[in-house]
Amino acid sequence: MSSEWPLWEVFIRGQHGLNHRHVGSLHAPDAELAIRHARDVYTRRNEGVSIWVVPSAQITASSPSEKGPLFEPANDKVYRHPTFYDIPDEVGHM
Amino acid sequence: MYAQMVKSEASTDDPELLAAFQARIDAGEKIEPKEWMPEAYRKTLIRQIGQHAHSEIVGQLPEGNWITRAPTLERKAILLAKVQDEAGHGLYLYCAAETLGVSRDDLTEQLLNGRMKYSSIFNYPTLTWADIGAVGWLVDGAAIMNQVPLQRTSFGPYSRAMIRICKEESFHQRQGYDLMRAMATGTAEQKAMAQDALNRFWYPALMMFGPSDKESIHSTQSMAWRIKINTNDELRQKFVDQTVPQAQYLGLTIPDENLVWNDEKGGWDFSEPDWSEFYEVLKGNGPCNTDRMEARQKAWRDGEWFREGLMAHARKSAARRVAAE
Ligand SMILES: [Fe+2]
Ligand SMILES: [Fe+2]
Repeated sequence: MSSEWPLWEVFIRGQHGLNHRHVGSLHAPDAELAIRHARDVYTRRNEGVSIWVVPSAQITASSPSEKGPLFEPANDKVYRHPTFYDIPDEVGHM
Repeated sequence: MYAQMVKSEASTDDPELLAAFQARIDAGEKIEPKEWMPEAYRKTLIRQIGQHAHSEIVGQLPEGNWITRAPTLERKAILLAKVQDEAGHGLYLYCAAETLGVSRDDLTEQLLNGRMKYSSIFNYPTLTWADIGAVGWLVDGAAIMNQVPLQRTSFGPYSRAMIRICKEESFHQRQGYDLMRAMATGTAEQKAMAQDALNRFWYPALMMFGPSDKESIHSTQSMAWRIKINTNDELRQKFVDQTVPQAQYLGLTIPDENLVWNDEKGGWDFSEPDWSEFYEVLKGNGPCNTDRMEARQKAWRDGEWFREGLMAHARKSAARRVAAE
């Protein structure tokens, strides 16, 4: 049980015009077979029009312990949202 | 269900961290792989998801048995698609378990050396074509009972795997019922085969939910962690209530003399399966335990040269690409 196939993350574009979305992972010896396996494992019912595979080892993720410092700075910037601004009714839709 | 009698671990973590963790679960938050979790939660989940995955994989065997003998091309295509789905379910679940830090090979090894279990139901044989109907209708039907609530389980990857699986399961149950209906409305001989299949699969299907766990500490812990949503008895009752009218529609008889409608509880009273048989099957003494394990071991052994060959090819091609650059 020595040569376990590496793990790949699978991303699928569900329909034309949408982003690829992470759907899960699988094991495969190389990229080409990872795509074929992804076809069989994740698109048996026409769930996709395009597949990306990425070696899981190549993904860099933010760490959960950094959640505060990473995302909190956005919390107090309410002026980034359109609702922060009052537009008089007379001006009409904006 | 596919994970039976999963023992939970006792927690030895810092009580403050444990309380904060429990609060997240109580608030309905999902726990993701890299976040802090009690060691006991992690271990229990590996056991539960692993057992569930193994059940999907071993569960292909009793149905695969009939693929080459399906009576029509259409039934054969349906059965192939169904069995292929089960392979997919196994893969979704293995991946969910791997996010907890266990490797695929490790899980496989534990199945092959008997340290990890799979559902008792797959140790029963599929003797006639009608059994394929009974399996889809009853076995997938029982699995659905358990899997639908698990879509809301606290562990993110497990919940997402369950959502994918549930989307596919309803086809499994319906094709089984459709097959049973064809048999039950066929010749007298075919109807007798359908009844015989129901007779043999009824109690093993009830056993899938596991023995009563109203007073089990493992169950209480798992329910607090939301990796178990209902008690075994609740799910079994729901399954019986759902299945009895379906059997009546087919003109088949549930093999239970004590089956009687209970107005007070708004459900059927029914006989418990023979739990000593269940424990024997878990111990390895069911009708097909040896066959199933041998089939898995053979598949793993026979595939070894192939897995290694593809890996060697991948390494060589990668080296060649680097050299060409
Ligand atoms: Fe399944
Ligand atoms: Fe299924």
